Amino acid sequence: MSAMLAASTTSTGEAVQFWVLGTVAVIGALSTVLMRKAVHSALSLAGTMIVLAVFYLANGAYFLGIVQIVVYTGAIMMLFLFVVMLVGVTAADSLHETLKGQRWLAVLCGLGFGILLCAGIANASLKTWNGTGTANAGGNVEGLAELIFTKYVFAFEITGALLITAAVGAMVLTHRERVEGRKSQREQSQDRARRGIPGQPAPSGSGWPLVTPAPAPGVYARHNAVDIPGLLPDGSTAEVSVNATLRERGQIRDVSGRALAALAELERRAGDWRQQRGGTGATVVRTDPSGSTRYRPEGGATVYTPEDEAGRQSADRPADDGANDGHAPEGAAK
Amino acid sequence: MENLIGLLVAAPLLGAAVLLCGGRALDRVGHWLGTALAGVSFLIGAVLFADMLGEETSDRALHSHLFSWIPVGGFRADVGFQLDQLSMTFVLLITGVGTLIHIYSIGYMEHDERRRRFFGYLNLFLAAMLLLVLADNYLLLYVGWEGVGLASYLLIGFWQHKPSAATAAKKAFIVNRVGDVGLSIAIMLMFTTFGTFAFAPVLSEADRAGEGKLTAIGLMLLLAACGKSAQVPLQSWLGDAMEGPTPVSALIHAATMVTAGVYLITRSGAIFNAAPDAQTAVVTVGAVTLLFGAIVGCAKDDIKKALAGSTMSQIGYMILAAGLGPIGYVFAIMHLVTHGFFKAGLFLGAGSVMHAMNDEVDMRKYGGLRRYMPITFATFGLGYLAIIGFPGLSGFWSKDKIIEAAFAKGGTEGWILGAATLLGAAITAYYMTRVMLLTFFGEKRWQPAPDPHKTAGIEPGAEAHPGELPHPHESPKSMTIPMIVLAFGSVFAGGLFSLNDAFVNWLEPVTGHDHGDSPLSAATVTAGTMVVLVVGVALAWAQYGRRPVPVTAPRGSALTRAARRDLLQDDFNHVVLVKPGEYLTRGLDRVDHTLVDGAVNGAAASVGGLSGRLRKLQNGYARTYAVSMFGGAAVLIAATLLMRAV
Amino acid sequence: MNPVNYLYLASLLFTIGAAGVLLRRNAIVVFMCVELMLNACNLAFVAFSRLHGNLDGQIVAFFTMVVAAAEVVVGLAIIVTVFRSRHSASVDDASLMKL
Repeated sequence: MSAMLAASTTSTGEAVQFWVLGTVAVIGALSTVLMRKAVHSALSLAGTMIVLAVFYLANGAYFLGIVQIVVYTGAIMMLFLFVVMLVGVTAADSLHETLKGQRWLAVLCGLGFGILLCAGIANASLKTWNGTGTANAGGNVEGLAELIFTKYVFAFEITGALLITAAVGAMVLTHRERVEGRKSQREQSQDRARRGIPGQPAPSGSGWPLVTPAPAPGVYARHNAVDIPGLLPDGSTAEVSVNATLRERGQIRDVSGRALAALAELERRAGDWRQQRGGTGATVVRTDPSGSTRYRPEGGATVYTPEDEAGRQSADRPADDGANDGHAPEGAAK
Repeated sequence: MENLIGLLVAAPLLGAAVLLCGGRALDRVGHWLGTALAGVSFLIGAVLFADMLGEETSDRALHSHLFSWIPVGGFRADVGFQLDQLSMTFVLLITGVGTLIHIYSIGYMEHDERRRRFFGYLNLFLAAMLLLVLADNYLLLYVGWEGVGLASYLLIGFWQHKPSAATAAKKAFIVNRVGDVGLSIAIMLMFTTFGTFAFAPVLSEADRAGEGKLTAIGLMLLLAACGKSAQVPLQSWLGDAMEGPTPVSALIHAATMVTAGVYLITRSGAIFNAAPDAQTAVVTVGAVTLLFGAIVGCAKDDIKKALAGSTMSQIGYMILAAGLGPIGYVFAIMHLVTHGFFKAGLFLGAGSVMHAMNDEVDMRKYGGLRRYMPITFATFGLGYLAIIGFPGLSGFWSKDKIIEAAFAKGGTEGWILGAATLLGAAITAYYMTRVMLLTFFGEKRWQPAPDPHKTAGIEPGAEAHPGELPHPHESPKSMTIPMIVLAFGSVFAGGLFSLNDAFVNWLEPVTGHDHGDSPLSAATVTAGTMVVLVVGVALAWAQYGRRPVPVTAPRGSALTRAARRDLLQDDFNHVVLVKPGEYLTRGLDRVDHTLVDGAVNGAAASVGGLSGRLRKLQNGYARTYAVSMFGGAAVLIAATLLMRAV
Repeated sequence: MNPVNYLYLASLLFTIGAAGVLLRRNAIVVFMCVELMLNACNLAFVAFSRLHGNLDGQIVAFFTMVVAAAEVVVGLAIIVTVFRSRHSASVDDASLMKL
């Protein structure tokens, strides 16, 4: 190819490459336009760009081909994907047109425009061409560099200024002005005493805001998973101990009743066992740290009822309750 | 001496400015200040007159250029004064009679709380009139002309709380506007014809312009004169102008305002001399008006309105004389001066009578006043003798000459004009005798004073007690002295002027003079005048002297009834001018509402509707805009390709 | 094969990108379509470079890339800002340019 001057046709290999990859590029472009999800559009576009990079290489623009891949596909498309993620990756656009006549007009204008462009190109009737052989003789990158730093040096400087401006502009656009000073720790604690913890409801029935740090989940409960509320001294659950998001979704698992019931069952079985084997091992039960003895007489009966369980917890109750339950006898046994 | 000319105008103008802007602080001295400044103006006039008498006849005219007023390209308007014999005559008349009327007003307006303002207006009136007669070009004359109109408006409507006075003032102003339009058109025509409107070039080159143009200018000037001098057909304002205080009437009728028209025509004599058609129009107007005014004067019972009719008639004489050309100019001015004396005297006398009779103006409720008001009677009587042309008195000399001049016009025209003036003289004798008899002779027909609460706007100063008969008394000295002075003028002025043809010689350099070719000798005319005079007096005596006069006017003949309504002048104006005007405005209003408004609103509605449609293109969706942009790009490509293909 | 075919491909891609700008409401996708149009132009420039036998077309394509990078930075910042304030990335929702 480098020897070609005023050639009239390319190599067959390039022709094959063009028709195959050109089809891919067009399909990618159409997918970009027609895919409902922005992520798919972005990926299609990236594919098209890679094809274009290959075309650049085929046309002797080696530097541009690499830059196309690095800058476009590597940087710009990733920026796109980043923003798509930021804005919401799951949302699929409706392709239903809301503007009256917009689709027809767009298609009409597109067809007219494309036909006119093609007509213009065909009108030019370029039969021969020069090829980049002589231009690339000293190396493509060197040739470009020579042009950039001589003939186009002003444009180059100006694009530098443009890039800086764009960077600053993007920062200014996304910058959120802080309208009041940052609060000190003292002020934060004072605010909390005054209004309670932001996002935390007052403990039910108290009428007072929650001023202390919220209790950790699972305290006094048999589990310390984040979706299991801590227990208050009277055995009721402290919902503030659970993450607000889970609380909003209703994904709180109250397993306290189940644990007590399991403990009661264990003790019943232990009693049976003692009755069968004589009165040994009773001290093991007494050393149980959960204070479950206090709840045993009434807690097992009142807290754990099937109806109560169904009413308090939603239907999406995790299926791994059994695994969790399995820990309680172990803990109790220790 | 030239510098003094400006002072002539400046003195009363200063008085007007000080009095009108000075505020209440000047209330106590305002009338003295106004009178003093009028007197100063008269003194300056007298000094200038003496100076002028000392000069050679050919060298008497003074000229004083003050400043260039509007120098724009070829258009050049200057403020300059010209004092020649004609202006001098007017200056003396205006300032002299004006000063006397000022003095009279001190007494007459004594009880009016707005007296200071009144004197301010009087001074303004004098200043405007002096500017009018002293201007050396038509544009400056126009300024004075308008100033006179303004001052007359202010003074006629001085008792503005009376609706009748306010209406009369408006009427005078509006009718005068018609004449003013004539003057402005005349000035424009002059400018297009001569390229200037200064007296000297216009009048010296008048005969070089075409007769058609001169006739047009002359007719426009005549229209102006008709407005200011209350000549038919613009006479209707004069009678109503009697709503103003009596001194104002005296001033308007004797010294200022109505004489302006005569001045204008005499001053523009060169134009009229070269436009015989315009002259014919002038004499026609004069003849018609002198009879019109005289007939109106016969029927009026209101003493001031009878005198107003008389004024109209006498001004008609002057206009007629001025229309006769060089034969009559001098006599027009001479009659103007003598008339100024006796008419001022008559009006002041009438004011004195009204003052004595609780502001009663109906002559049928006077009678036998000669014993109660001897000075008024004597001065009024001398004025009366002067106006009817009693031999030896002022009116005799001037009016007789006009009648002679009318005959001297020659031909059929001369005979008709002469007959008209003679008839006018007879009627003048009749109605003036009637006024005299009704007022001062016969038995008392006094009526109890009207209730001031019922008749709004009685002249302030009348100590009227409702229900009481008036107690006529002689007026204070400030009023009687001017009357006496004017009576002297009425008696001797004409004689003095005629001594050795003094007045003719005096004015001839300005106006020119021509004895004409009278078919009748002067003695014959005088004899004829005497005959008609005696006939007029005798008729009046037969009707009002021998028989007792009814207090309420009899129904009278159709002519009398018409004359009481000013010969239907207002009805005529109403039908001919007001009604068509109303129809025209109504029609225009309809056209405005339907056609013009329709076009405007239709245009607005169509633009609005179109915009409403176009607005839908601007739907705010960026994609819609992008489509149009993209389509535009496609069109551009198509255009480029087409151009290349071509 | 004639390299002019690259020009036809470029105009096809350009038209598809333009149609996408007109048809899609999601501002990010619209922006991607704009990038597609820019790339189509770049392809045309590169093809021109080859046809002419000099490197000026590639220089222009290079500058286009730089400018496109700057444009993407600012454009995406705008989209993020708009999304932050309106909770929508639809270009139709930002239809404030009307009465």
